[in-house]
Amino acid sequence: MTTGLDLGTPATQAIRSDEDVVRVRQLVRTTAVAVRLSLVDQTKLVTAASELARNTLIYGGGGSAEVTTVADGRRRGVRIVFADQGPGIPDLDLALTDGYTTGGGLGLGLSGARRLVDDFDIKTAVGEGTAITITKWSR
Amino acid sequence: MALSAEQGGRLADLLSRHADRLSNRWIEIVAASLRGRLSRAELARQVQELHRALVDAGRQGLGELADEHGGELRAVLAELSTTRARQGFSATETAISVFAIKDALLELMEEEQGETTLRDFVAFSALVDQMGLFTFETFVRARESLIADQAEQLLELSTPVVKLWEGVVAVPLVGTLDSARAQVVMERLLQTLVDTGSPYAIIDITGVPAVDTQVAQHILKTVVAARLMGADCIISGIRPQIAQTIVALGIEFGDIATKASLADALRHVLRQTGVETTSRRARREA
Repeated sequence: MTTGLDLGTPATQAIRSDEDVVRVRQLVRTTAVAVRLSLVDQTKLVTAASELARNTLIYGGGGSAEVTTVADGRRRGVRIVFADQGPGIPDLDLALTDGYTTGGGLGLGLSGARRLVDDFDIKTAVGEGTAITITKWSR
Repeated sequence: MALSAEQGGRLADLLSRHADRLSNRWIEIVAASLRGRLSRAELARQVQELHRALVDAGRQGLGELADEHGGELRAVLAELSTTRARQGFSATETAISVFAIKDALLELMEEEQGETTLRDFVAFSALVDQMGLFTFETFVRARESLIADQAEQLLELSTPVVKLWEGVVAVPLVGTLDSARAQVVMERLLQTLVDTGSPYAIIDITGVPAVDTQVAQHILKTVVAARLMGADCIISGIRPQIAQTIVALGIEFGDIATKASLADALRHVLRQTGVETTSRRARREA
């Protein structure tokens, strides 16, 4: 998986409340506009960030989002790392199945977010937490 | 260090002996920091009130601001910082109004120069610090309640249900649709459906920047609730980027009618209710 070269220092936003999810969305949108992602890609990335930030809050018990501008040859992109020290995900395949939820949502957040971005990487350990890295590249 | 009873008495004495000179100097210092944004009369009233409360507290033997004798003084300070917070002054500007008395008093005490002057000033200075901190805290609390009020007002403001046509109501959603707002929207819409007896409702999401699963779920629940009441719901304002995102996310709106614009949605409803709409060509002046 290519993650590219970091450009600039990452911006970090703590995720502790519903308002923070909105702040993550705004931060991601500003970064996506700066990198000149198309309107469709901006919306996709913001939506994916919204899903994952809410997961971090609801299932991970809060955490943080780290937004970085990255470059890979001629492409530029936005990479976001969502990290929490929550309970972790016991069955990743099941969690990534459309329609599976333990929290009363639609069960599309995690699987949908994976379809919305170009790179999706998830590291999770039961009892230790979850870190999800997503990247969206400009075309 | 806390003020002793004699120190309190001496302070009250000093304050009342030089009342005019002290408050004038006090007002002068504060006025300089506020740069004319508060009228001198208003400022004088605040300073005199504070002065009076301080003298009373000193006479009653106030040791620390949190004491039982400090009630009056705390009330005056709280009122001062709350008004300042609502008038849009910064926390520093508000705190200076309290701290300014230190400078004014120091000038006075320098002239007196007794053997207890230094100790008195240190003790008194500690009291002023407590007053400053208290002011700061009340200021922050006043600001927080202000923000909470505004958030509530915004919630009310941003969810109107409008009547578009006979039997057609619409909810234009603008901004973030969190659970609290979704609840308000659903209640308003259902109530309006009952009040107006409308069989059609249009939910317009043109102003919603991102539709994620939570937003979609809230909309779906509202539609189902409206259907239970016998009303048909149409979702409009689905822009291209939103449509693509919804598809990628895997959200299905099932048999709910969706339209790109509010105009399309209205036309759809009118056609269903049998209202004739004829497009008129723009008249051209020959």
